[in-house]
Amino acid sequence: MDGSAPLLEARGLTKHFRLGGPFSRRLLHAVDDVDLAIGRREIVAVVGESGSGKSTVARLLALVYRPTRGEIRYRGEPVAGLRSRSQMLAYRGHVQMVFQDPYSALNPVYPAAHGLLRALRLHRGEGGRHGREEAAARLLASVGLTPPGEFLRKYPFELSGGQRQRIGFAQALACGPELILADEPVSMLDVSIRLGILNLMAELRDRDGVSFLYITHDIASARYVADRIAVMYAGHLVESGPAEAVLAHPRHPYTRLLLAAVPDPRAPAGAEPSDEVAEPPRVVDPGQGCRFRPRCPYAVAECARLTPRPRPVGAGHLAACHVAEADE
Amino acid sequence: MDRSTAVDGPTGHVRGGAVRLSPLGRVGAAVLANRKAAAGALLLALFTAVALLAPLIAPYDPEASDFLPTAPPSAAHWLGTTSLGQDVLSQVIWGARPSLVIGLIAGIVATVISILVGVTAAYRGGLPDLLLSLATDVFLVLPALPLMIVIAAYLKGSGTWVLIAVIVVTGWAFGARQLRAQALSLRGREFLEAARVRGERGSYVIVCEMLPTMTSLIAANVLGAALYAVLAAAGLQFLGLGDINAISWGSMLYWAQNNEALQTGAPLWAIVPGLCIALLGAALALLNYAFDELSNPALRAARRARGRRAP
Amino acid sequence: MGDALLEVQDLVVEYAGAGRPVVAVDRVSLSLRRGEFLGLVGESGCGKSTLCFAVAQLLLPPARVASGRVLFKGRDLAQIGERELRHVRWREFSVVMQSAMNALNPVMTIGAQLRDAIAAHERVAGRDANARAAEVLRLVGIDALHLRSYPHQLSGGMRQRAMIAMALVFTPDLIVMDEPTSALDVVGQRALMAQIKGLQRRFGFAVLFVTHDMSLVGRYSDRLAIMYAGQIVELGATEAIFAQPRHPYSQGLLMAFPSISGPRQHLQGIPGQPPDLREPPAGCRFHPRCPRVLERCRTQAPPPCAPRGDDLVLCHLYTPKEAERGRLSTAP
Repeated sequence: MDGSAPLLEARGLTKHFRLGGPFSRRLLHAVDDVDLAIGRREIVAVVGESGSGKSTVARLLALVYRPTRGEIRYRGEPVAGLRSRSQMLAYRGHVQMVFQDPYSALNPVYPAAHGLLRALRLHRGEGGRHGREEAAARLLASVGLTPPGEFLRKYPFELSGGQRQRIGFAQALACGPELILADEPVSMLDVSIRLGILNLMAELRDRDGVSFLYITHDIASARYVADRIAVMYAGHLVESGPAEAVLAHPRHPYTRLLLAAVPDPRAPAGAEPSDEVAEPPRVVDPGQGCRFRPRCPYAVAECARLTPRPRPVGAGHLAACHVAEADE
Repeated sequence: MDRSTAVDGPTGHVRGGAVRLSPLGRVGAAVLANRKAAAGALLLALFTAVALLAPLIAPYDPEASDFLPTAPPSAAHWLGTTSLGQDVLSQVIWGARPSLVIGLIAGIVATVISILVGVTAAYRGGLPDLLLSLATDVFLVLPALPLMIVIAAYLKGSGTWVLIAVIVVTGWAFGARQLRAQALSLRGREFLEAARVRGERGSYVIVCEMLPTMTSLIAANVLGAALYAVLAAAGLQFLGLGDINAISWGSMLYWAQNNEALQTGAPLWAIVPGLCIALLGAALALLNYAFDELSNPALRAARRARGRRAP
Repeated sequence: MGDALLEVQDLVVEYAGAGRPVVAVDRVSLSLRRGEFLGLVGESGCGKSTLCFAVAQLLLPPARVASGRVLFKGRDLAQIGERELRHVRWREFSVVMQSAMNALNPVMTIGAQLRDAIAAHERVAGRDANARAAEVLRLVGIDALHLRSYPHQLSGGMRQRAMIAMALVFTPDLIVMDEPTSALDVVGQRALMAQIKGLQRRFGFAVLFVTHDMSLVGRYSDRLAIMYAGQIVELGATEAIFAQPRHPYSQGLLMAFPSISGPRQHLQGIPGQPPDLREPPAGCRFHPRCPRVLERCRTQAPPPCAPRGDDLVLCHLYTPKEAERGRLSTAP
């Protein structure tokens, strides 16, 4: 990542959902107080379990949801003020999204390239139909779908999961974005296909300078492709930093748990993991205190009283834990 | 997820068909493949042909009352004559038109309203959904027949358009419920989110992304609403609330009833229009089977399996 | 060979379609001993779920067993009548399906469903059934008070464990599991696998575990069978396969996992995609994607080879002739 100003920056990002109807008082704290920054030409991975809030963060950044609190800035300009259709469209020309389920992300009644052509029409208006089809063919080739002419005509049911996902990337690229929010783009694909998509993301970063926010629950794939890793738990950002630093020196107990849970066929057979029966954290009206405390082997009294905020524990490496030690 | 589900067959690109039909072609194929639906289509086509060709195939002017009244079936009058001296067969043939027209128009208009209300409610959610659903529920709960009688009686003698309006007003709510439910289930589909994220307008998303995936249910709704319309129109006409001087199956029943056709030896005057109404309704209902299968391929497989196991 | 609990012999399963039937499982043979944990690994569409259904006698039209047999404790399950089968089902072998958590009836409590399962196979007094239900829930780490909970009140992981509890109700000799962890995330998967293995050690049942994720099952299985396009391409002891995968597809699969330790290296995955089973490639089905393809692979189907005794590799590279020519490379 180059040292210039971040492309997209979020501060104190918070999203609460009201449960049980418009008059209820119960709030689901999907995302609480998250600070995140993505720079040019970089891949930032957000790692967490289901329910950690990582997908909500992506949707907040894509302006699908409006934040309850907090601020999002794109190239320094606040995004909250965007109201008019043309302003929103301009933003969407810079920040795009790829979805998790390749089988539900394409409308089955249209050819697979329909969304791609629509995106070209919305964001690169001129050129007429012929110009758009040429641009679409170029995009399909750039994501590895050749011969592109063939793929322009195919319907989703004729494509495999990996091919559909590539079309999803092409569709996002059609808007000419600088940042793509990829929400678990490989978790529904077969294991041997995943690498192709991950390699595609790295290639798009290196060749076309596109940044990615890569949302995943698989920390191994995050390591493979990301420059920086952010770990989320129960709506909080618990650790973030350069990928190698977070993996080599995980400071937050949850990060350590995640790393221990990764089945690695090539790693030496270690001890059996504890027969831990993990319960989901409390995110409805949670109150103060660290949300990982019930599962944390290192918890102290303060962890129940005060919600930990991310503190520096190394170069560019932050952890939100009262007992995390800093590097020497 | 694309994990193999054995009962439905191997997944992924194995599903690809060798022949790709247009949407209309798919509908046609589905109709032909299902015997019930094919029968329904045939019946409907028959009635449509009769209605269209009425001027050519009706032996006499349906309103001409110069014939021997209450005559039994004969070579000149295949179904006999009414107590007013009109040819029953000609009336039956000409009577097909109003039934089909009312059925078609009311069916389509009611479905359009159902779509507008149901799908918008599902898509917008929140307060709009609350209000629209409330309106739907109110109309659902209103007793249709008494309401139709009251309205039609109030607007007495205003003919076909009033009839259509009354039927639409009392008939749209059921479809709205169904369409809302289906639209709700579609909300989670990521292609809708993808459309929003690439910058499409809400109206585009509803009309061009959501509705095309709901065509089976919409078609089924049109058929269902048309069926309701045919029966309701006949019922109202029988009660004398439509235009009793226009020739339609329902008004034939009205006159037949008033002239005690069954007792006075012109039973076909009452029976045949009633039979036609029933058959037209049956045709619409049978056609619906094709759309069930279009939207639920598992029914198709089950039907094939039954077919093969039969000796 | 010895005490085989489950034996699948040359099984062929077809799906009747518009034209020629599609062969989803093509002459698969495998055996499972008592207490053995066999992992069946393959990608989407390879036929592993179909095989799983066929073993459990759960195939529905248009799928049918075209030839071959499934022997459970020496008995051909397809031949015994429906009544016998019901007796055998759940008491001697049970099934945990994929997305099992969606297989729970949403309008019945967990306890009611467990009691249902018990009552369907045994005449047991209500109180005893309840006690048994509470016991199996405890075995999988769910508090007995959840007998009165509805499925939507439990988390995804708990529902999955409830299904496993249901499969354990009669402590059968064999449990067939079709991707029971696919809906959970990494930490949940790990916990569940450890739990399954612990229960297996304790009760000694055999497990046929179907999954697409080799790394998940590699730590817990005794033996591994790798499926591709309806055929088993490699079968053997898990450790041996991980240490020295022979079939090029197995090698590709093992290399498809980015690791969290060691140097960061560029990985390729396996180019291309699995074939359309209606028109599988001639010769070896994997040949269009194989980095070590020989001319012969394009036209001749590979014979089953046994380079290590009772293991199996379906690949031309391991025929005695090739071995003589020294074409084998010993490491991937």
